[in-house]
Order: sequence, then C-alpha cells, then structure tokens
Amino acid sequence: MSRNPQLNEKGALQHLLTIEGLPREILIHILDTAASFINVAERDVKKVPLMRGKSVFNLFFEPSTRTRTTFEIAAKRLSADVINLNIATSSQTKGETLLDTIDNLSAMHADMFVVRHASSGAPYLIAQHVGSHAHVVNAGDGRHAHPTQGLLDSYTIRHYKRDFTRLAVAIVGDVLHSRVARSLIHALTTLGAPDVRVVGPKTLLPAGVEQLGVRVFHNMDAGIRDCDVIAMLRVQNERMRGALLPSEQEFFKSFGLTPERLALARPDAIVMHPGPINRGVEIDSAVADGSQAVILSQVTFGIAVRMAVLSILAGK
Amino acid sequence: MNIHIKGCRLIDPKSGTDAREDLFLAAGVVAAWGRAPKRFRADRTIDAKGLVVCPGLVDMSVRLREPGYEYRATLESEMQAAVAGGVTSLACPPDTDPPLDEPALVEMLKSRAKSLNLARVYPLGALSAKLKGKRLAEMAELAEAGCVAFSQADVPIVDTEVLWRAMQYASTYGFPVWLRPQDSFLAQGGVAHDGDVATRLGLPAIPSVAETASLATMLQLARSAGARLHVCRLSTAEAVAMVRRAKQEGQEVTCDVAVHHVHLCEVDIGYFDSHCHLVPPLRSQRDRDALRAGLADGTIDAICSDHAPLDEDVKHMPFGESEPGATAVELLLSLTLKWATEAGVPLVSALGAVTSTPASIMRVDAGTIGVGATADLCVFDPEAHVRITPASLCSQGKNTPFVGYEVPGQIRYTLVAGQVVYENAA
Repeated sequence: MSRNPQLNEKGALQHLLTIEGLPREILIHILDTAASFINVAERDVKKVPLMRGKSVFNLFFEPSTRTRTTFEIAAKRLSADVINLNIATSSQTKGETLLDTIDNLSAMHADMFVVRHASSGAPYLIAQHVGSHAHVVNAGDGRHAHPTQGLLDSYTIRHYKRDFTRLAVAIVGDVLHSRVARSLIHALTTLGAPDVRVVGPKTLLPAGVEQLGVRVFHNMDAGIRDCDVIAMLRVQNERMRGALLPSEQEFFKSFGLTPERLALARPDAIVMHPGPINRGVEIDSAVADGSQAVILSQVTFGIAVRMAVLSILAGK
Repeated sequence: MNIHIKGCRLIDPKSGTDAREDLFLAAGVVAAWGRAPKRFRADRTIDAKGLVVCPGLVDMSVRLREPGYEYRATLESEMQAAVAGGVTSLACPPDTDPPLDEPALVEMLKSRAKSLNLARVYPLGALSAKLKGKRLAEMAELAEAGCVAFSQADVPIVDTEVLWRAMQYASTYGFPVWLRPQDSFLAQGGVAHDGDVATRLGLPAIPSVAETASLATMLQLARSAGARLHVCRLSTAEAVAMVRRAKQEGQEVTCDVAVHHVHLCEVDIGYFDSHCHLVPPLRSQRDRDALRAGLADGTIDAICSDHAPLDEDVKHMPFGESEPGATAVELLLSLTLKWATEAGVPLVSALGAVTSTPASIMRVDAGTIGVGATADLCVFDPEAHVRITPASLCSQGKNTPFVGYEVPGQIRYTLVAGQVVYENAA
C-alpha cells in the first residue's frame, strides 16, 4: 500500500481527505488554529488576508447548500477568490469525465479544490490527479468521510467538554450510510476519547463496525446512558420505508432522542446534529430546541474550522 | 515440422509425470518421449535445459471482447495475449454484445479465432436468450455450433423456475451448466466485500451470503434437475465448505476460482484502488485462506484468469463507478506458480489446476501430454522472475492489480498443434 496520500514527504498536510490515519498533532493544530479564527466573525471587517490571491474552487458533484456555503464563507473570510461549480447540473451530464473536469479546472490555476461527490473515494482520485501545487479538501464523499464535519464536531466537543480523555460519546442512527459518523469516530479515537458508542438497529450499522474502535448498542436507552455527548445522525427519508426501516414512527419510538431519554445521559450532556434535522424522526423538537442542544454552535464553529483547514493547506 | 525439445523437465499432471525427458513432435502431435522415434529428423531443436514443458494452459474464462466490445480489446490482441501466457485452450463467456445466444455468432467467433492460428477457442453459450433469464437459449443448436457449456456469465437468473428449467433442459442433452453464484438482490449496488474495509471506506457492500444463498439454491436445483453444475469464481470460505460437502455427498459438481482471489483480499483495495474492483469482490483474508486450502485439497478444481480487459478510462473513476474486472490471461501461469511456491504444492499438481482438470471439466481434448496427443505445449523457465508492468502485457487491457509484482515463471515458448506460436528468447 502506498504512502498516506494526504500527507506530503515531510508529513505535513497536503490534502484533507479523511481523518483516519492523521496524527493527533495535526488534528490539534487544526482545532487550535480554528480557535484563533473564532473572533474574526465578531469583527467589524470579517476578513483576514491570509489567502489573498488564492483561488478556491468549490466542486460540488452532489447538491449541497449548507456545506458549500460554509466553505464559501470560510474562503472569503480568508480573502480568497471563490468559484462555485455545481457539477451535478453541468458538465458531467454532458458526458465529461471526472478527470477531464479536473484537468480543465487545473488549467485555470486553482489552488484549492473543495470536493463533494456521491462516490466514496472520489477525492482520492482527484488528489492523485492534481499537480503538487494544488490541494484537495474532501467536503463529503459517498459514505466514506466528511473530515471537516468530524473536525467541527470535535471542536464543539472540546469547546464544551475541554478534555477528550474522559468522555463517553454516543453516535446514534444511520451509521451505515453516514460519512459524518465515520469521520467523527476516527476523530474521537485519535483524540483519545475512551468510550465511543454507536447506537442503531442492525440494518443501519455496517459490518464489523466495532473494528473502528466503537462499542455497539442496539438499545437506545443503554446506548446513551451516562454519555457526555450524544451525536445524532440524520436519517434520510428514502431509507424510511423499505428493507431497512419500516416507518419513521417506529424509528422515532426506538431510537429518537426525546427529553425522557436524554435524562439518561449525564445531566450536562450536549446534543449534536450535523443538520438538517428531521424533527420527530431522529430528534424531538423539545431536545433540538432545548438547552443541551449545541446544533447552532456547530454551524458557527464549522466556519472557523474550515478557515483553519484552508489556511493550513495554503501554508499559512 | 518436426521439433525436438531437448533436455527439458516434462510435467504432465494427468499422468503425474515429472521427469527429465526429451520430447519429439511431428505432424502436430507428440511423437515420442525420451527416445526419438525411428527416422526422426528434427527441423528445429529447442534447447530446453532448465525449462519446464507442460501442457498448454486451459483457461476457463477469457473475455475476448468480440463481438461488441472491440474498443476494449480484439480477438487479435487477446489471442496474442493468451499464447503469451502459455494458454492454448480457452473458454470465453457469453457476455459479449450481442451475447452468444445464436449459433451464427458462435460460428463466426470460432472461425475468426481459428483463422488466427493461435489458441483454441471454446465458447460458452448463453443459457438464456440475451442472458435475460426469461427464455431458454437454443442450447442444442449452440452446442452444434461449438459451445462446450452454457453460462450466464455475471448475469444471474433471478427467476428460480427459469433456472431450474434451464438446468433440466441442459441436462436433457448432457450439457454442463456453468454459473457464478450471486443473489442479485443481496448484491444490488455493492462494489466490495461486506467487511472491515468496505465499512472503513464507506463502499456499498456485497455480503458473503449473496454468494452462499445463491449457491445453496443452485446446488439444490442442479441436484433435482440432474444437471452437471460447474460453479464459477468462488470467493467465500462458506461456499468452499458447501461445495466440499456437496462433493462428499456425491453430487456431480465442479468449481473454479479466479487467480486474483487466490492472492488478494479486501485489504489490497488500499486507498480505493479501482484495479481491485472485481467480481466477485475480493473478500477477507480468512476467505482467501479458505480458497487456497480448497485448491490444495482439491475441493476447488481449477484456477482461471477471469480475464477482463478494460480501457483505462473506465478504471480512472471513483472505485464504485469504475468497471469491475482485470486483465489476467498472461498472468495465469505466474500467479499459479506463485501460489504453488507459497503453499508448498508440488508443481505437478498445481499445474493440474490450469491444464488437465479444466480440460476435463470442459470435456475438450487438451491439457495433457501423451504420445499421440496434440502438441499444445507451454515451455517456461520456472526460475526466472518477471516484473509485471503495463508495457509487459500483450493484452489491450492493462488493468491489473498486480502491476509492480515480481512473479515466478517466464514463458519461453508456446506451441499449438506442434507449431511455435509464441517465442520469447529472453
């Protein structure tokens, strides 16, 4: 197997493709850098000149508003030029291959590609293909990884809990299809969280998930008992009425996060969700809007984390 | 032309021969071993000191891409690749475009192949019309045109009644049925084994039970229909155990494994290497070990290349979108030798899995060196190692996960009907 494709010869970050296999120091460096960007948003002029003259291409092969927007804001606050391309609706439908698209954009001297793609591993292919001056940030590929989400989740946890090494974290719901879950699991195990749990029905947990260093629970009450952090996952509507789950109601009854269930966790537990939330499916409105939910903080922190990733890749 | 092959190590798996013997070829057949026949005058003498002479390889699955996929490979390129790999007889699956479900297509393919004077081509006919699994193909006509067995390639028959009837119909004429076990519902959308690697990489998965559930059905239907079943491309430990049990119970069943699965497993996918996107998927190390054990104890009868030349464009794609398959006909011998060395299997029995045994499953006159038998031979240097590179392959497809591997066995000569059709002076 070849060298970790996201590190350069010196062991520094060349691309951000997944959290798996990244050294703890790099994760901490990203989180610390993000912390230094938090107050930029509170300034009158919400900009720093770190990436002036650099161009960031947002390449979204799969529709997304939220993630694309936060990357755009992050890049703009770093003074970069941002180009948004929704390829889902342009060249690929005209038959251009993925790598042809990348060649074309490389010829426009892109410094940074922020890529979202429906196929697991697509950002690896792009990273292998772009020249050594360009950097690739994975903004979500298939079920594989969503590293900036994993980092912003980690940032949020660190913000509220300070120390990872005493935490119990439950990740609840559709782990099978979730890149968010995979990235969070890798982040937490790298950062030293001793008790990471996944909770869900057998149909929504991938084979051998315990190999990732998690404990598996099929019972929600047992799974979240005494947890410090509950990370809820979004359950896609299309999974709801097929061979995986019988109905939204039944899922909510067994695995939905209600105030009664939340009471089983530690009294100071926080509740996270990557959004967009399905009220009444995976989470009760009373919890989503309650004092323990940190869902909107995640969004705010997400911009700082993405600024950190972009600026570190740009060598600043 | 009379050829004297001098000083070679002669290995004939069928008779269990492994001896230092000279070989004398005349009029396309093996005229004698050991001593030259009376009045034999060699037109050519091949100095084969240190070389092994074995029957030409018999490969149970080589896609020649004709008709329909000439942009991927042509009969010329792949037949050249076959003899460069020491393969002198091959079965080609019916997954062409159109599929091999009409006698005229089969006759055309056979005559085109014959005109090249390279390896012998034995087409597998489609079991169902257009491989659609709805209506039976005209098996008797296809057999007359030259099909040696009937297959669905990688397209499962979903309707079990059609499958059962197809087996009954084939067995009416004594035609063997070759099927790859895969439940199309359980495998739907999957691209990798349902194990640790797919979980980590987030690749849609194909569970082992997709193979075993289908195999169980197949074995039962074949038993009830009295059909001669050949199970293609086993990939799971459980399937090996099931075939072993069926054989112990006396069922007339044979099976093969693709050479990739003898060496690779899910871990080789690494960082989404699309060259490891194969059908069936590369499974766990435990499965690979079971396949190797099955080969060693004879549960698995044959090793095939499952040759599938592809253009690079369809591999330069995200793993799940890339086309599955690998080019391999030229690697069959080397990878078989590599397995034999690693597993401590004697050469004479390892070579049986790529010569005499597949020939007997295909019921063709090949895969053995006997006095009077057609002189289809492979002459190789067992000590030489070759490094696999795209440039080293004759096949138009350069798609193999083995690029960079150093493998034993270099083909020096391939002979078909006593004629040298490939020669590598080395």
